[in-house]
This record gives sequence, C-alpha cells and structure tokens, in this order.
Amino acid sequence: MSYEIIGIVVLWLFLFGYIIVASIDFGAGFFHAYSVLTNKHHIISKIVQRYLSPVWEVTNVFLVFFFVGIVGFFPSTAYYYGTVLLVPASLSLILLAIRGAYYAFTTYGKLRSNFWTYLYGFSGLFIPASLSIVLTISEGGFIEKNNNELSLQYTPLFASPLTWSIVILSLTSVLYISAVFLTWYANKAKDRPATVLLRKYALVWAGPAIITATGIIVELRTHNPVHFQRMLDLWWMFAISGILFIATVYLIWQKRSYGLAFFLLTGQFFIAFYAYGISHYPYLLYPYLTIDEGFTSEGMAIALIIAFIAGFCLLIPSLWLLLRLFLFNKDYVEGKLK
Amino acid sequence: MESEQAVFFSRLLTELTLSFHIIYATIGVGIPFLIFIAQWLGIKKQDEHYILLARRWTRGFVITVAVGVVTGTAIGLQLNLLWPTFMELAGQAIALPLFMETFAFFFEAIFLGIYLYTWDRFRDQRKHMLLLVPVAIGASFSAVFITMVNAFMNAPQGFELMNGELINVEPLVAMFNPAMPTKVAHVVATAYMTSAFVLAAIGAFRMLRGSNHIYHKKALLLTLKVGLVFSIASAVIGDFAGKYLAEYQPEKLAAMEWHFETEEQASLTLFGFLANGEEIKFSLEVPYALSILAHGNPNAEVIGLDQFAEDEIPPLYIHYLFNIMVMIGMITMIIALFYIVGNALNRTFVRNRFFLWLIVSTGPLSMVAIEAGWWLAEVGRQPWVLRGILRTENAATTSNHVDLMLFLFIGLYIVLGLASVIVLTRMFKNNPVERELLDQQRNGR
Repeated sequence: MSYEIIGIVVLWLFLFGYIIVASIDFGAGFFHAYSVLTNKHHIISKIVQRYLSPVWEVTNVFLVFFFVGIVGFFPSTAYYYGTVLLVPASLSLILLAIRGAYYAFTTYGKLRSNFWTYLYGFSGLFIPASLSIVLTISEGGFIEKNNNELSLQYTPLFASPLTWSIVILSLTSVLYISAVFLTWYANKAKDRPATVLLRKYALVWAGPAIITATGIIVELRTHNPVHFQRMLDLWWMFAISGILFIATVYLIWQKRSYGLAFFLLTGQFFIAFYAYGISHYPYLLYPYLTIDEGFTSEGMAIALIIAFIAGFCLLIPSLWLLLRLFLFNKDYVEGKLK
Repeated sequence: MESEQAVFFSRLLTELTLSFHIIYATIGVGIPFLIFIAQWLGIKKQDEHYILLARRWTRGFVITVAVGVVTGTAIGLQLNLLWPTFMELAGQAIALPLFMETFAFFFEAIFLGIYLYTWDRFRDQRKHMLLLVPVAIGASFSAVFITMVNAFMNAPQGFELMNGELINVEPLVAMFNPAMPTKVAHVVATAYMTSAFVLAAIGAFRMLRGSNHIYHKKALLLTLKVGLVFSIASAVIGDFAGKYLAEYQPEKLAAMEWHFETEEQASLTLFGFLANGEEIKFSLEVPYALSILAHGNPNAEVIGLDQFAEDEIPPLYIHYLFNIMVMIGMITMIIALFYIVGNALNRTFVRNRFFLWLIVSTGPLSMVAIEAGWWLAEVGRQPWVLRGILRTENAATTSNHVDLMLFLFIGLYIVLGLASVIVLTRMFKNNPVERELLDQQRNGR
C-alpha cells in the first residue's frame, strides 16, 4: 500500500471516530435540552451527564487530530480548504466554543442556567450541519478559481439540494446514533424510564436517517456522476451497511441486546463511511485536488506514520482505561460511584 | 476586499486569538505540575492542607482547561483558515511536531478526565496521584511540540527550496532547529513560573481579604518557591536566547535592543523612547552589556540594523515589549526572593499588607510578561512568517470576510473571558477553604 493510501485510511478512521463519539455527544446534548424544554429532564439528564462528563474533551481531540493530520499528510488541503472554508469553519468554531463553554461553566463551574443548556443542546445540531458543508464542497462545483484566487460560491451552494440533503443526513444520523448508544447506556445503568424514552427516540430517528442517506446517493447522480458511478461499483458495501441497519433496528424493536445493536450500528456507519470514502478516491476536492497531487514528501510521510504508530500504542491503553473506568464500570454507570 | 486589508485583518485576528489563548495555555501547561507537587507533598507529609490545595487548584484548573481546549482548537483551525499559503508550504516540513502535539493533548485529555472523576475511587492516594503524571507530561509536551513549530518559523531548516517547493525534507532536522532549545525551554519555564505566581497571587489575595488560615501560608510559600526557581531559570535561558539571536536572527536582536550601528564593545540600551526615527532619548546605556549578552564577550562585535535592508527589519517598538518582559521577570523574582528569605528569617514584613499586595501583583504582571514575550517573538520575526522564505503579506488568505470573522471572535472571547472570571470567583467565594476544611472534619476524614 502506498503512503498516501495509508495516510488517508488512518485519517478517515479518525474522522469516523469523531463522527461516532461526537454524534453521541451532540445528540445527548440535544436530548438533554429537549427534555428540559418538555419538563422530562428528571428522566434522562443524569444518564447523559454521567456519560458525557469524563469524555467530552476526548471527543474534541478526534476532530483536531483529523484536521492537523490531513494538513500534515496533504499540505495542499490547507491551501484549498483553508481558503474557502473561512466562514463555515469559523462558524463551526464558534459553535464548538459554545459547547466547550457549557462544560467549563455549567459542569465544572456549577453554573445553573437553562440558557446555557439550550445553547448547548441546539449548538449540537448546528455543528454537524456546518461541518457537513465540507463534504458537500468536496463534491466540487462550488469553488471558483480566478487568477489563482479561490472563492466559495455561496448562492449555488445554498441553492443546491445536495447541500441540504447532507445537512439533514448529518442531523438525523446524529440523533439516531446518539439515541441507540444512550439506550444501551441507560439499560446498563438499569434506568428503566430513561431506557424506554431513549429507545423510542432511537426508533423514531432510524427511518429518517436511512431515507436521507439513500437520498444523497440519488442527489449525487446528477451532481457528480463520476462519484455516483464509483459508488454503484461498491454497491455490495452499501448493501452490507443496509443489512446491519435492519439488524440494529430489529434488535431495538425487540428490546434485546442493546450492546450488540450499538455495535452493529457502528459497523453500519463504518462500512458506509468507508464506501463513501473509497468512491471519493482519488479526489480530495473535485476536480482540483487528488490524493497524489496533494501529498507531502516521502520523508515526512514516513515520519508521520511512525509518530502515528507510536502515539497509537500510547493511546489505546489509555482509552481502554478510560472506557473501563467509566463505560464498563458497573458501579459508575449505575451511579453508585461519584 | 483589497488583499492588503485581508492581510491586516488576518494578522489582527491571529494576534487576538493567540493573545487570548496564551493565557489559558500558559495556565494549562503550568498548573498540572503545581498540582502534582502539592499532592505529592500532601501524601509525603501526611498533610491534609496540601491535598486540599491540589483539589481546589484542580477544580479551578478544569475550567481554564475547558476554555483552553476551545481557544486551542480555534487557533489550530485559524492557522489554516487565515494562512493557507503558509500552512501549505510549512506543513511540508514541520507537520510532524504539529501532529505529535495532538497526541500529547489527547493523552492529557484522557487522563485529566480520569483524574477528575476518581478522587475517591482509589484506597491508595498515591495511585490517584500517578494519574496526574500523564496529565502534566501531556500538557508540557504540547507546549514543547507547538513551540518547535514556532521555532521553525524563526529558523527554518531541514529542506531545500526549489521553485517555491520544499524538497528533500528531513522532518527531524526541521524539528530540532537552532531556535528550538532556547525557545522551548523558555516557554516551558515561564509557564511554570507564571502559573506559580498566579496561584500565589490568589493566596495572597485571600489573606488580604482577612483569611488568616495556615493553609494560605503553606500555599504562598510553595508557589513562591516554584516561582523563584523558574523565574531564575527563565532569565538564564533568556540569556542563551540572546546568544541564539545574535547568531541566527541578528536583525531581531538589533531591533529589540535598538542597536543601529554594527560595533564592538556594544552597550545595552535599556528603557528610553525613540524620537525622529533613530534618536534614542532618556535611555540607560550599560557599557559592554550587549556584547556580553550576544556573544559572552565584552569585546565582541554585534551586528546592527545598518546591515539589513530597510524592508527586512522588524518594527522598532519591540524594544518596549522586550523591556516590559525583562523588567517584570526581574521584579517578580525579587518579590519571591524577599518573601522566601523573610519567611525563613521570621521577619514580619512578609505579612505586611503592602507586601501582600506586591505578591498579588506578581500574578497579573507575569501574565503581562507572557503576552509581551509572545508579541516580541511574533512581531520581532516580521516581515517574515517563515524567516527568509515567506513574507507575511504573501501568506494570508485571499478571502473577503476576514473582518467579519474578526468581530465574531472578539465577541466570543469577551463572553468566554468574562464568564471564566465570573465563574471562577464565584466558585471560590461560595466555598472558602475554611468551610471546606470544616466540612471535611465533620465527615470524619
């Protein structure tokens, strides 16, 4: 395997990691805010906070890791994406800042205010929406190149159905992933009312998530036929992903094996996400930038891969310790430990 | 927008984000180290006060860390958004430490989460303390790696330049550039120093507000000792930094010292201001001192600004920044020294209200020194973003909306800054140490 493939596979893995943990985080924040709004917060807020408190910083690092990594392996992305993303990425930053501030001031600082809870909950929906714009832009057609100056074309971008399909997909999948995970977590915590409510959310959001995902493939047929064709070539991956989706929903419907259900859901998104990524190859940005053109020098690539392996050996046991203490520790999950 | 304007606003926004982030970053690097010392002393001496010190510092610390995560993400992303050309070029040679920084930070974040929520989970307190080791190491190494990148901007090496492309890149050579040793050491030492003085200032302030508990005296002595050690270290490293500059960035040294003519036995200009361009007024000249600072030899020749093209020297106002930084370093060092000596000899002046106010001033003053130091480092590298290779004006984004983003972030930082101050003061006011100690006794611990 060539270095650029190793690089993009690793980065894609971290982006996937971010999508899963951040979805749980964003969705949890939204469900929490929604429960405050509808006066049901006594049911789920404990579950949400017990899970989120020790892990939120880790969530954020996945994102930082991805964008630092992609600029490391593919320096040209800094030029292309850096130039055109000034406004959307800055807005995402502000929204991420709101969430960080919520943890700083409410969780650690004991500031009790519904204002922050709402801001926190709803910012969690706007972040995936604003970040997903990047995927839309990567499909090409929204960047104009004029005498070496790049500019993002806002009108076609916001008029495009593709943009809005991806935005809606990001929202529905955030809520779906989060609800499935929290159902499992609440069930582990032996919290009946929370499990019932979250299971309901999971079933509610399952349909919209799969419909919007399919919708995007259809949108791409007109927007980016090359990409669409490559996706069709990978139909079997999407098929496996679909089967996993059905299995997840079935398990939740049957109220059994919530852990397995979440595992299958991760598999579903993993396969779909890689199928999308593979079909996007070799373009980092249609039609300007491919993986080969944008790649860093060989010396740097080897250094980054070595650093990555070394770092990974350090991270995996640490992450395992974190999960063991907070996710797989029965007493902590059930709220017997502070 | 004119491209000149885009450059101007990009610089302004970067300056703003860095100036804001560095407050939280400095605290974030230094305080885990101090918490570790306090907890270690508490376990070793079997003294509840030190343990409580560690606990209370941690409680405040997490708030600053959370804000630091936010501002750190902001600067990380803004580097790409505002300086795409720079990141594309420099990324080819210096991406390695940037990448490693995220690992260091990852490591820190994981263990901080564990440390925070496991105060009472371990029967053996030492095990809990050990969790702090990766936090402190991760925090300090974040600073080390990021400063390596900044050092590279001052002394780029480890590649060859051909038609605007970097070839034959050697990542390790780029990382271990000549600016690296002094810069990294100086950043880490001043972070420890500043954090110690900030904590000392808080302790002294509580004492001024009438709290006479032995807890605060212990805190004060501990933090001022750490502050003294690292302010001396910072000064020594600063001297080495001068020698580095003389060798590799003489224009930066000459501009910050207002050294216009190349000469031997050069004297050091302290204070003063500039009139009509190059006329120095009301300054203090220390004979031979600049030659000693630059080369360790009173007769050595120091290159002056006359050797450089007009458009390749940094703005001369960095002299003021340099003076502010050095003076504050000296003043805080002396205050810490007086307290420690006075305390050892049992002199009463250390409990004097005026002296306590002096200690309170060391916190904000050392933070001002940090700001002045970074402004000096960044403005002093101008007109280059990558010295000798890429000029700042050619590195900025061509996007049209930088000014709008600037206003957005000004608003964000105002909210974050105000909220952190309000939340932190409320947290410690509502739960003073006396009450917490009483609670602990009542709970039979």
